[in-house]
Amino acid sequence: MNVDVLIVGAGPAGLAAAAELRRLGAGQVLVADREQQPGGVPRHSAHTGYGMRDLHRVLTGPAYARRYAAAAAAAGAEIRTGTTVTGWAGNGRATLTSSSGIETVSARAVLLATGCRERPRPARLVPGDRPAGVMTTGELQQRVYLHGERLPGRALVVGAEHVSFSAMVTLAHAGADVVALVTELPRQQSYAAFALGALARWRVPVWTSTVLRRVDGRDRLTAVDVADVRTGAVRRVECGTLVFTGDWIPDHELARAAGITIDPGTRGPEVDTSLETSARNVFAAGNLVHAAEIADVAALDGIHAARQIAAALRCREPAATPEAPDHASELAAHRVPLTAEPPLAWISPNAIRFATPADAAPVPPPRGRFLLRSQVFQHRAALEVRQGDRVLARQRARLIPGRPVHLDAAWLARVRPSDGPVLVALAYG
Amino acid sequence: MTAGPDPEPADVVVIGAGVVGAAIARELSRYQLTVVLADAANDVGTGTTKANTAILHTGFDATPGSLESRLLRRGNALLTDYARRAGIPVERTGALLVAWTAEQKRALPSIKERAEKNGYGAVRQIPVAELYQREPHLGPGALAALEIPDESVICPWTTPLAYATEAVQAGVRLMLGTRVTGAQARGGPGGAQTGHVLLTTRGTLRARWVVNAAGLHSDRVDAMLGGDGGFTIRPRRGELVVFDKLARPLIGSILLPVPTAQSKGVLVAPTVYGNVLLGPTAQDIDDRGDTATTADGLASLTEAGRRIVPRLVDEEVTASYAGLRAATEHRDYQIRVDATRRYACAAGIRSTGLSASLGIAEHLAGLMDSAGLPLRPRNGSVAPPLMPYIGQAGTRPYQNAAMIAADPDYGRIVCHCERVTRGEIRDALASTVPPADLDGLRRRTRAQNGRCQGFYCAATVAALMAELPPGGPAAAAGQQVTAGNRA
Repeated sequence: MNVDVLIVGAGPAGLAAAAELRRLGAGQVLVADREQQPGGVPRHSAHTGYGMRDLHRVLTGPAYARRYAAAAAAAGAEIRTGTTVTGWAGNGRATLTSSSGIETVSARAVLLATGCRERPRPARLVPGDRPAGVMTTGELQQRVYLHGERLPGRALVVGAEHVSFSAMVTLAHAGADVVALVTELPRQQSYAAFALGALARWRVPVWTSTVLRRVDGRDRLTAVDVADVRTGAVRRVECGTLVFTGDWIPDHELARAAGITIDPGTRGPEVDTSLETSARNVFAAGNLVHAAEIADVAALDGIHAARQIAAALRCREPAATPEAPDHASELAAHRVPLTAEPPLAWISPNAIRFATPADAAPVPPPRGRFLLRSQVFQHRAALEVRQGDRVLARQRARLIPGRPVHLDAAWLARVRPSDGPVLVALAYG
Repeated sequence: MTAGPDPEPADVVVIGAGVVGAAIARELSRYQLTVVLADAANDVGTGTTKANTAILHTGFDATPGSLESRLLRRGNALLTDYARRAGIPVERTGALLVAWTAEQKRALPSIKERAEKNGYGAVRQIPVAELYQREPHLGPGALAALEIPDESVICPWTTPLAYATEAVQAGVRLMLGTRVTGAQARGGPGGAQTGHVLLTTRGTLRARWVVNAAGLHSDRVDAMLGGDGGFTIRPRRGELVVFDKLARPLIGSILLPVPTAQSKGVLVAPTVYGNVLLGPTAQDIDDRGDTATTADGLASLTEAGRRIVPRLVDEEVTASYAGLRAATEHRDYQIRVDATRRYACAAGIRSTGLSASLGIAEHLAGLMDSAGLPLRPRNGSVAPPLMPYIGQAGTRPYQNAAMIAADPDYGRIVCHCERVTRGEIRDALASTVPPADLDGLRRRTRAQNGRCQGFYCAATVAALMAELPPGGPAAAAGQQVTAGNRA
């Protein structure tokens, strides 16, 4: 099968991109998703607050997911669910597996929108037994909202980000008695109002500077040991459910299978401001390149990527080559690398794209801003953007680990294509 | 179902359905005997069998002249052939035994000599340049290496399941969820022992012969049956870390350390599921059920991994777990047959039981034959069952267009990380030895064995397990398979 654009992942980024590509007349658009229903993570996220930035209204997750799926289908994109892109078949062709068989799809451009997942317990190397009752928020939400499971008994939540509070609400909904939210960090990372409101309503404390030391239970979870990172004091907490929240990992396996360069900070594909990866005509958007942002941000990414893909298809030779990432020299001429220095964790996108190697204006990032993460809390940090000796911009920002920091991109016009990498760092003094 | 007293005693009851007990039951099922295979757990292979380094050893480093050396060599040959016929995933990756110090390098010729004394002559010392050419991601500082070209990796879950499946299909009665709590001798005229009455959590079992293959509990079973008590189990805990499939290209072979008197040391090995395994630690403990990982163990493995293949620790960890080896105070296997008591014992099979299992079974059956248990071959042909293929190197159902065309459920991927289809889960639930819980399903299909650890599929898999009809022909008949914990 031949299409103009193959989109992998029917979450907010993929569906928004599909609708926009069709609106721009980009030809035949195929969206493949391995789940049975389109919509991505919002499908099983029953709380409200979706759609404010992109749709200018407030929806629940499932309603938001349905809306985007309907929009993409109405725009004429083909959405295939229950369909897994299992790998690359060479020469820009992808292998798709579904109940109707194995099919090879050739595309002029590919958009990877495979999202992210939470880091599960084994990847965090938490010692102890391996009992039932230990899960991630993703599993918790599916069990409770998609399959109607009840989880009575005491529960503990690891993490104190937005998603951790969401897990707490889900647990309460499933009949659990949430003992606490536990974080190694000195304070919680969600919005103060949200956190305080939730804590007041459900009377759940946040145990800060606290680390999980051991999981106990031969068959079912019975208890965990937690330790105070300042004093080392260990105490035992009885519980039957343990939810690991946040600590997101991009689902980058398909990108790596294609040999696409991975950014060491985001751990997603390295993308420039046009959201193109190191492979020609292969783009990446959504939480695959910045794990994790809210759905609205992923959807706006998708729209941005769609416009860049449409432009690329209009002016380039039709040659999508996901397996041949080596258009490095051409890319180098069009890109200025962008990096964040510690204690900043990462910046996305990871490079500034120039439409032509000469002096043409750089492509702005999605929503006209860059996204950063910090490893530390800092109330009024000064971010400094430098290229060589030149300071391009300074901006105040509040740094909270796991929370987005937005860097306005107005300084882009001052970047010189030939002056080397741009660095974002904290300015001291 | 509660098992009442049998009207007729079984010829043989095998206690313990680990890889060794299942192999013995399979071996005995080839003869005109009534055989019961009993285990306290709700599945076969849930003890030492399920959590180990999953290597099919050549036995190159065994103690020359020992029973272990002989049975490893025989078991390796038998299992290599059996695995091919039963569809058990095996990859002949070979092993490289790496010397990191001058002292270790000096030890290499003696290891090669020992291999030759064990009847294995293919070990070859390779220069360090060749080592790095073959393993470019190996950490710096290696001085030399031995190549052991026939060391392989194998699926430790399919192997005992294949044995048990073949045994059950040949008429062996598999009694799971059946813990033996006591035993009485049955006497005949003249005071000679003619059999046993076993007290179990599911009623009494009468047997003419009993085989003790109880692994970590074999010394207690030995005491119950009036064995000579010549060994005590001292569990040795081994912690292991499994890395993401994205780490698999980092190594070509099994990377072994130079063994010390205390331990074989920490290795890095591919798994047949396409992951990379790091471990094991070795810690003697008292609790026979303590398979918890420890902070120290995981930290020491991470440090060892960083030294052996530095880039390994940049990849995500998919699982960490601990297994218990049934070590005793003896170096060698504790295999003996007591003709007067009609009692056979296969114990102290520390860490080589998977590789030696078919050799042990053949050897033990021979001893029992000599001790008066008549082994008359059954009529009809004997063939291993064809097991569902869950390896990474061959073709899985989701990659097989003909299978999907014949049955669309093989195109419905349910577990995305491991690419397990609805058809495979359905097949496992309907198999001769069906799973009793999600963990059993995982060992049969790889479902939920992957990097997300259930973020995407756990709820769907659990729902599917509840929705699809449990059991299959065997469970429906209600006779052959007795899965204790099935709801």
